[in-house]
Amino acid sequence: MALTENTRERRVRASLAPWLKGVLVALGSVSITMLGLLFVTFVIGRVMPIDPVLAIVGERASQSTYDAVYEQLGLDKPLLVQFLYYLWDVLHGDFGMSLLNARPVSEDIARVFPATLELATLGTLIGVLLGVPLGVIAAVRRGSWIDQIARVVALVGYSMPIFWLGLMGLLVFYGVLGWVGGPGRLDIFYQDIVPSRTGMILIDSAIAGDWGVFRNAFSHIILPATLLGYYSLAYISRMTRSFMLEQMSAEYVTTARVKGMSERQVIWGHAFRNIRVQLITVIALSYANLLEGSVLTEIIFSWPGIGSYITTALLSADMNAVLGGTVVVGLIFICLNLFSDLLYRVFDPRSK
Amino acid sequence: MNLLDVENLWVKFPTRQGVVEAVRGISFSLGRERLGIVGESGSGKSMTGRAILRLIRPPGMIEADRIALEGQNLLDLSEKDMRTVRGERISMVMQDPKFSLNPVMRVGDQIMEAYLLHNKVGKAEARKRSLEMLDAVSIRDPERVMRAYPHEVSGGMGQRIMIAMMLIPNPQILIADEPTSALDVSVQRQVLNIMDDLVKQRGMGLIFISHDLNLVSEFCDRVLIMYAGRIVEVCDADKLHQATHPYTRGLLNSLPRLDQPRAKLEVLSRDPAWSEAPSVGGRA
Amino acid sequence: MSETLTLRQWLLTDEPTSRRHARLASLYKGWLTLRGNTMAMFGLGILVALVLMALFAPLIAPHDPYVQNLGNRLQPLGSPGHPFGTDSLGRDILSRLIYGSRITLYIVTLVALIAPVAGLLVGTVAGYVGGWVDVILMRVTDIFLAFPRLVLALAFVAALGAGIENAVLAISLTAWPPYARMARAETLTIRASDYISAVRLQGASPVRIITRHIWPLCISSLIVRVTLDMAGIILAAAGLGFLGLGAQPPSPEWGAMISEGRRFILDHWWVATMPGLAIFTVSLAFNLLGDGLRDVLDPKEGSQ
Repeated sequence: MALTENTRERRVRASLAPWLKGVLVALGSVSITMLGLLFVTFVIGRVMPIDPVLAIVGERASQSTYDAVYEQLGLDKPLLVQFLYYLWDVLHGDFGMSLLNARPVSEDIARVFPATLELATLGTLIGVLLGVPLGVIAAVRRGSWIDQIARVVALVGYSMPIFWLGLMGLLVFYGVLGWVGGPGRLDIFYQDIVPSRTGMILIDSAIAGDWGVFRNAFSHIILPATLLGYYSLAYISRMTRSFMLEQMSAEYVTTARVKGMSERQVIWGHAFRNIRVQLITVIALSYANLLEGSVLTEIIFSWPGIGSYITTALLSADMNAVLGGTVVVGLIFICLNLFSDLLYRVFDPRSK
Repeated sequence: MNLLDVENLWVKFPTRQGVVEAVRGISFSLGRERLGIVGESGSGKSMTGRAILRLIRPPGMIEADRIALEGQNLLDLSEKDMRTVRGERISMVMQDPKFSLNPVMRVGDQIMEAYLLHNKVGKAEARKRSLEMLDAVSIRDPERVMRAYPHEVSGGMGQRIMIAMMLIPNPQILIADEPTSALDVSVQRQVLNIMDDLVKQRGMGLIFISHDLNLVSEFCDRVLIMYAGRIVEVCDADKLHQATHPYTRGLLNSLPRLDQPRAKLEVLSRDPAWSEAPSVGGRA
Repeated sequence: MSETLTLRQWLLTDEPTSRRHARLASLYKGWLTLRGNTMAMFGLGILVALVLMALFAPLIAPHDPYVQNLGNRLQPLGSPGHPFGTDSLGRDILSRLIYGSRITLYIVTLVALIAPVAGLLVGTVAGYVGGWVDVILMRVTDIFLAFPRLVLALAFVAALGAGIENAVLAISLTAWPPYARMARAETLTIRASDYISAVRLQGASPVRIITRHIWPLCISSLIVRVTLDMAGIILAAAGLGFLGLGAQPPSPEWGAMISEGRRFILDHWWVATMPGLAIFTVSLAFNLLGDGLRDVLDPKEGSQ
């Protein structure tokens, strides 16, 4: 009895160890990547043709003030030490002060980020809900008219400049048809009515039960979110299609048919089950891409998110803000990759 | 009445270079017996098995005067009715369990699914039947195997699981498409014996598709020899060595035999006339 | 005997007589396959037209793209002498689009020369040398892959200053890592093959093996990848131009033209619409051609 307990325990440990090891390796490689990312942004910040001291003290400061600030910023130290300082600050969530409004960059980012998150999440949701079924159907009915449509949809998505499509959307649906709200997150009349809990207006207004604000926010977000959703749909439907094509030609699909299953059961119960993990990776990637794609979209729609923040900072040479924003977006990118990698390890039985 | 009657079966695939005819007008019947179909790759033997189950996917086409299961022409059935034939009345074991089992589903779920599709019972009952079935294919620790994923079991065990899964709805006909070709030689015989026993016990008809003449002659009652989509010869398995068709003779002579060692094996030389000659009827 | 062969027969032979003959024959067969793909030929046609347009811009363009005429500003589509209308400074939009094709081609060509070559170099060296070199090079590649591309390009341009050359540099810096990954993967499979061992036994140096035996085999998948990436490069360049970080005014860069037209989008929609259509057409052409090339050069990746 004791013996069997013992062997079972050993078996459990044996099956866990390589899994855990994989996770540790993944975490290790991610931290190296993060370090590299910080190093690159650090270097970019140092090669800037802008003198950070001058930006703080102004043109007419005396030489002694200049020197004091120079030392205070640690610019007299060797580059490596400066990098360590930078690392230390970033690890504490300190990206320095914005040169434009003299507020901590981290506070600014925390304020604008929910707007981007709301937009990108809704966009991904649209992309997944439409793109996955479209990809599956295109694969199952390969060569049919629906497959052709899926192909055209993806091709156009890959070829269309997003900012231009956004402009055209504004022109048609806002300017001509008046179906949606214009730029911004809310009409002026609705602003600052509901308390900000999450910073995502759709959620905040739903919590507050203020459906007037919700409707208005929805009319503003739906166009940019659909736009982002379209790009995510183009990518997700193509990937889903090629994953499904691979699975549908697999022998276990024939097995399922031999068992007497209906095509629907074969497709969703067997083939689709095999692409779920791959699909999650693709969705995570597309989500990360949307966070980035929102840079241009946010500008078109005057959406006060991180994309607008970085670009505004860029045009006014506010380097702390640019690098802070870049680091945050980069870290989210890496975390999403890590997340999908871990999911892969946990949910695919073959990876253990 | 015969279990299965196939009359003038054609399988065609339109391609850019024209229509490829994989099976060209063959006829045969199957009783409660073990029928072997032998041929080289591309001879249409696998396509024949799949055509019976109507598993040829478009653009491939199945044409036949009749594919009758106990008098019922399967070609007249709707796709929905055909699904009650698949699994429940005719089943198929494929070549390699590595590919024919769903890699991300537990073995138990896959077997139970096969049972639940054709029997309106609860999960507990399905589970009980699955365990019995695994036991019937000589799997010693069925509880553990039920929980395993396909990549965690060996090839021989995988194929026994496949047999269990295909026999659990209790079909009348089992089509075994090269069921041991992907297995180690050491377990081939074991798997075949298990399959053979179950088929005999249940009084089923077996269509055993293989390229291995010796194996087929040993495990079957009757053998069809296929060449280029046609049946070139039909003979009783125990009289295979008296076969007359030059193709069959060629196949037999190209195999090494322990009782008649030779310095040099014959190389099969083909006669284009073989593929032009009309099919031999495979009726019992 | 050989004189009686037509060129076509000579190219379609099953028994090439020389290495050059074999290479030309396989190129010709690939071309025949590509020619059968209507969409790919459509894409190729657009691109050829684009190159011709850029070459002969001064001959084709009805007006000088820089000449302003404030009395003639914001003319609508189809006005006399200005089929695509004029912009806010009265410049002819059609002429600006025609000249803008030069900038687009310039950016695309430069990036297509820099990024794949850099990637090929890094990838093959990492794959062939292996060991620590491989670990370090691939780690660097991963770091660049981890960056969101547009944001990284933005940060680079911010550091280097706005302008076409810096935009090219920034886009190249974000575009090379996928090529490096791909080249490394191919190198690893090629390196393990027997004929590379044979070449090595004959005393070939690593440099010779990489440049003469590994690079040629990586080329075809690289070409496919580059063609498919072109659309992305054009979109990125246009995005930078739109943000005011690429080509500077008064240069007729298409992205910058959209940015200019954005202010009048509700009343004078054509000013922003026309350059957008131009960008769309060209990147669509690259995508169509890339799809077709993939089917010819890389059948295993083919979508059909």
